[in-house]
Amino acid sequence: MTTRTRKSELRPGVLLLLLPFVIMFALFFAAPIVYALVDSLFSVRASGLGFGAPERVFVFLDNYAAAFATPSFVASLGRLLVFAAIEVPLMVVTSLALALLLESGKARFPRAFRVLYFMPYGVPGVVAALLWGFLYIPATSPILQALSSLGISVTPLASDSILFAIANIALWSFAGYNMFILIAALNAIPSELYEAARIDGASSWGIIWQIKLPLVRPSIILVTVFTIIGTLQLFVEPLVLRPLTTAINSDFTPNLAAYNQTFAQGNPNLAAAMAVIVALLGFAFSFSFLRLVNRKDNRAW
Amino acid sequence: MVTSTSSGTVGGSGSIASRVIVNGVLLISAAYFLLPVVWVLIASTKSPGQLFSSFGLWFADDPRPLENLGRVFTQDGGVFGLWIANSVLYAGVGALAATVIAVACGYVLAKYAFRGRETLFSIILGGVLVPATIIALPLYFLLNQVGLTGTIWSVLLPSMVSPFGVYLARIHANASVPDEVIEAARLDGAGDVRIFGSIATRMMTPAIVTIFLFQFVTIWNNYLLPLVMLNDTKTFPVTLGLTLWNSQTQRDPMFYQLVVTGSAVSVILLVALMISLQRFWKADLTAGASKG
Repeated sequence: MTTRTRKSELRPGVLLLLLPFVIMFALFFAAPIVYALVDSLFSVRASGLGFGAPERVFVFLDNYAAAFATPSFVASLGRLLVFAAIEVPLMVVTSLALALLLESGKARFPRAFRVLYFMPYGVPGVVAALLWGFLYIPATSPILQALSSLGISVTPLASDSILFAIANIALWSFAGYNMFILIAALNAIPSELYEAARIDGASSWGIIWQIKLPLVRPSIILVTVFTIIGTLQLFVEPLVLRPLTTAINSDFTPNLAAYNQTFAQGNPNLAAAMAVIVALLGFAFSFSFLRLVNRKDNRAW
Repeated sequence: MVTSTSSGTVGGSGSIASRVIVNGVLLISAAYFLLPVVWVLIASTKSPGQLFSSFGLWFADDPRPLENLGRVFTQDGGVFGLWIANSVLYAGVGALAATVIAVACGYVLAKYAFRGRETLFSIILGGVLVPATIIALPLYFLLNQVGLTGTIWSVLLPSMVSPFGVYLARIHANASVPDEVIEAARLDGAGDVRIFGSIATRMMTPAIVTIFLFQFVTIWNNYLLPLVMLNDTKTFPVTLGLTLWNSQTQRDPMFYQLVVTGSAVSVILLVALMISLQRFWKADLTAGASKG
């Protein structure tokens, strides 16, 4: 870091630059998290005889126990794990493959392709889900119509394929964005490395495995962690697709369950516990992934 | 950053077969990414009946894009135009404020020493890892206590916090604002705010534009926050408005056409913005490179 002196340089002018963000972060980012943590330890109960105002009592981890005792919530956690197991590898491999193909030097119009792949990032998740919803029902989908005229029947919204259908929407939305991050990392590799490798007789595959992948490793890790975090937020796609299929219930993902507890069931304390569980799951996954890839013996691919 | 394409190989070697395979895969991928967009553009020219009776990837006999467009903008007293304006307001003002405070904070974290600096940065960076959903629900209760829910502020104010923007700004300030410049300006008698406002921001312009664009798209695409906060349809952004219409399709199938054409309009708007500003999407900031 570019520190010039050891002593504090927080003069009034510097504070004026620093504090607006810190205050906004505290109010609209940190405070809700603290609020959720505290709220998850309390419960609102009707007072003894059922008369009078309900009172807020400290129940410690009761809400967490209640969340894990709710079968539909536990089922939604399991569903989320299955979804992550589909989505994360699919996303990382696809965006990496697109980046490597575009930067292979063999692509005809790399710039046009790159803009095109990136474009869905600008389409709101809600709109993406609406559009794919139309492409998932036989009445409006040209793809399903073409397949069925060939005698192939595909039902993306059936209960055994719904997670893939949702994974596809997320892939469509974010593969280009992640590809962008990986291309930037590929571009940062000095071209002398390639020349040296060619002189040593390395093949295209050899260059990918020996030079490109190890050098863009930090960006691959970044993309993986971002995808894990994004996966846990699964909310919009099932919400939009729900009217089209019976395979999605009102507690399909933990976030949907928390949303329902808050606004439909009127139990924000339980909802807070559910939200904290999802966030902890996210931290656990992100950090165990980071530990896994940062083990010493695992340093070289 | 869009300058160094195809830097991967020296002299563009490779057999014809491998070129055909590479470009074939790229073309198929392009068709995949284009499919929903092409579908919605074609569908937006059809009547509600044709939507379900004609082949999805070709036009009906009598394309009527203008009639559909007119319907979208006159339905419910022209509320769609209001939704677009709201989205522009939330994303534009929100991203502008978010960029200013995130860049100032990132600059200070990069260039000034003080106790707890790394701790503060770690906390902010940790914010990148927190799912947005864990914030939205408790934020509703907090803002409800001060009577802000249902107002545009309940969407605008939380949209002004971008931890990722601070992270990018710090990296870029380290890379592109030399200490000597700050030192020289200080010897000339310039204050800290002035050095930031008139010198550092100029050197950080590419990063600032990128941070603005990322935040603009993030706010524009946001759904959960306005869903939780807003209840008056006049304050809805486009995303929320389209799902409102979509929820009415079972009552009146005519709404299918409104949803389709409305989606087409919102897709066209953002895709046009992204393509026209594509030279500012500097993802290499995320790689910590400093070619700017």
